[in-house]
Amino acid sequence: MSLSLYPLWRVIVKELFQLRHDRRMIPALVAGPLIQLLALGYAANTDVNRIPTLLVDQDRTPASRALADRFTGSGYFILAGSVPTSGEVEPWLVDGRAQVALVIPGRYGEDVAAGRAPKVQVLADGTDANSAVVGLGYASRILAQVGAELARRRPAAPLLSTSTQAAAPRAATAGGAVELVPRVWYNPDLKSRWFYVPAVLAMVLMLVTLIMPSMAVVREKELGTMEQIIVTPLAPWQLIVGKLLPFAVIGLIDLLLVTGVARWVFGVPLRGSLAVLVLLTLPYLLSTLGLGLLVSAAVNTQQQAMMFSAFAVMVPMIYLSGLLFPIENMPRAIQLTTYAVPVRYYANVVRGVFLRGSGLAVLWPDALAMLGIGATLLSLASLRFRKSLD
Amino acid sequence: MKLGKVRAVAVKEYRQAARDPLTLALLLGLPTMMLLLYGYAVNFDVRHIRLAVEDRDKSAASRDLASAFINSGYFDLVADLPAGGDLERLTQRRRAAAILVIPESYGRDVAAGRKARVQLVLDGADANTATTILGYAGAVAAEVDVEVERAARRRPAGARAGDRAGLPIDYQPRVWYNPELKSTQFLVPGLIGFIMMLTAVLSTALSVVREKERGTMEQLRVSSLTPGELLVGKIVPYLSISLAAAATILLAARLLFGVVVRGSYLDLLAATLVYLIGALGFGLLVSSVSGSQAMAFQVGVSTSMLPAILLSGFIFPIRSMPAAVRVLTYAVPARYFLVVERGVILKGAGLRPYLEDLTFLLVYAVVVMGLALARLTRKEV
Repeated sequence: MSLSLYPLWRVIVKELFQLRHDRRMIPALVAGPLIQLLALGYAANTDVNRIPTLLVDQDRTPASRALADRFTGSGYFILAGSVPTSGEVEPWLVDGRAQVALVIPGRYGEDVAAGRAPKVQVLADGTDANSAVVGLGYASRILAQVGAELARRRPAAPLLSTSTQAAAPRAATAGGAVELVPRVWYNPDLKSRWFYVPAVLAMVLMLVTLIMPSMAVVREKELGTMEQIIVTPLAPWQLIVGKLLPFAVIGLIDLLLVTGVARWVFGVPLRGSLAVLVLLTLPYLLSTLGLGLLVSAAVNTQQQAMMFSAFAVMVPMIYLSGLLFPIENMPRAIQLTTYAVPVRYYANVVRGVFLRGSGLAVLWPDALAMLGIGATLLSLASLRFRKSLD
Repeated sequence: MKLGKVRAVAVKEYRQAARDPLTLALLLGLPTMMLLLYGYAVNFDVRHIRLAVEDRDKSAASRDLASAFINSGYFDLVADLPAGGDLERLTQRRRAAAILVIPESYGRDVAAGRKARVQLVLDGADANTATTILGYAGAVAAEVDVEVERAARRRPAGARAGDRAGLPIDYQPRVWYNPELKSTQFLVPGLIGFIMMLTAVLSTALSVVREKERGTMEQLRVSSLTPGELLVGKIVPYLSISLAAAATILLAARLLFGVVVRGSYLDLLAATLVYLIGALGFGLLVSSVSGSQAMAFQVGVSTSMLPAILLSGFIFPIRSMPAAVRVLTYAVPARYFLVVERGVILKGAGLRPYLEDLTFLLVYAVVVMGLALARLTRKEV
């Protein structure tokens, strides 16, 4: 055993020397992930608020003004301006001065006073679909509240048929008959940063343990040094492990680094144990390293390796992992394909350990799935690699 | 600058690109693949929320409340929990995204006209989805609230015509430019901006650094080419590849998802050219600071592609960023390009409303190109 471990050790040492030789590479491997983490951590915020709103108050009564105040007072909408008629809304939405227009028709106050259901229109710029969905959601919540209040304040008569004035005033006094008390677990303030920062961990590890090794292996092909290594008495597995292990080590260092920044810079809680996180990262690395090796066997230049692993492997996996976009919202057929994506399971692990405080008792199925996928990928890659050596 | 020499360099670059069909196919195939991914995998409209109900009351009123959630079309009932069940187990294993807990006294409170409190437990680990769920649940609860009050007023048979079961305000949302809120619609502009960064910045930077790595740059330098001729010749092929990639996105978006350009193609082309010249200049700048292709890749991704995704307003709204980061976005050309593109492609506007954005792109292009030329000519010739 010691006989076969020694050559392996020499390969690892050579790789580390090579990494150190390209002196700008080490900072790139450490600073790159940090920049990405900081950028995503600070920029990735889908909390939608302060939506610039154009007011079209065609009624100009105390009732309509009260409604407009409810919008601007909610904190979700800020008044960008006001125009007298809905015909003048278009230029505001076109150049982006307003993203939403609240249109209160001329009969609003009259309808409210008479107990008829008043019409209120909200126009939204749908070019940013996400903000539009959220903004319309806020609008409907505000209107539901205002409507419920109006219904309560209103004398019973207009709502009911004229004969029953005997309505029970009891509920009307209490202010709301049914109250929904939300309890948000794991992220009580619903900070989207807590959602995205753990996701960066999965992406950073892909960058360091998938793209980088694929480029490093192809580099030897490009420079012709691969042939020199092949003629040495190294066994193929020693060569593969020796080439990949340094990247796994750097990946684990990045894991600690990102966890530290997430914890102390972004205040994301680490509720589970760090040991569990490290342990469950190992099967994930198995799959990313395997993919990197597979890519390197399929391409001939570093540029191809970079393009292929980054954009044909990493980007699709990110989209199909639930890291950024929930899998539950995808169509059935696409949901099925996500089961083959190792990042899907790692996304569960990262969010589970960080936010939900999950341990092995909950996460073992994910670990098994990653182990299976990783072992398959790595053996496939080794087979292909060995073939290209022979 | 002699056109003949520029052409000679350009022809050399084209040949080199043609000899690497994998990269070329990736550059042109990628946009379509990303469009497919986004079109089918990214959906901001949250439906089929996994809801578990713990009904401790089991009265007619509590059943009405639970079915109001299910009938809203947003929630799917995944579990009916016994009182005192282990809620944490459900959220830990992600069986349920929301749990509705109805207290024992709910039916009695509603009947007696007392305030009834209902609890909704949410899995906040996915903050975005949880926010949306909260919005839906609030609307459902408000609706039930109104119904309960109406019932409390004991309306006899024959409700008035205007007295629908819904809310007392007739809310009419209208979405312009993208009425079905399809993500492909809003995605196409952002995707073009992003892919241009890939084809213009990264490819240009890598191709220049490759010549450095292989030592062929020296051969070019000792030829009779002026630095200007060399650079323009190197840029032209990537300019045309980038334009081809943009055209591919537009074509694929039209054929696959029916996204049409509402404004004029000429306006779009003009804006794209200005943006591209800046991007190509930035690619040259990246190549002048990088010694190896791996390095150029890291620098290029960190300074051009990531900002084009994260800091441009493509996915994350700029308004929601902290002030310091918002300032940073003013230096990201994709931010301005995105505004112009969304205007031309989705809103059918001309360039007039966006003159400010275009001016910035133009200034950026001139400055970056000037810097790149200055650096490359001084260092290498």
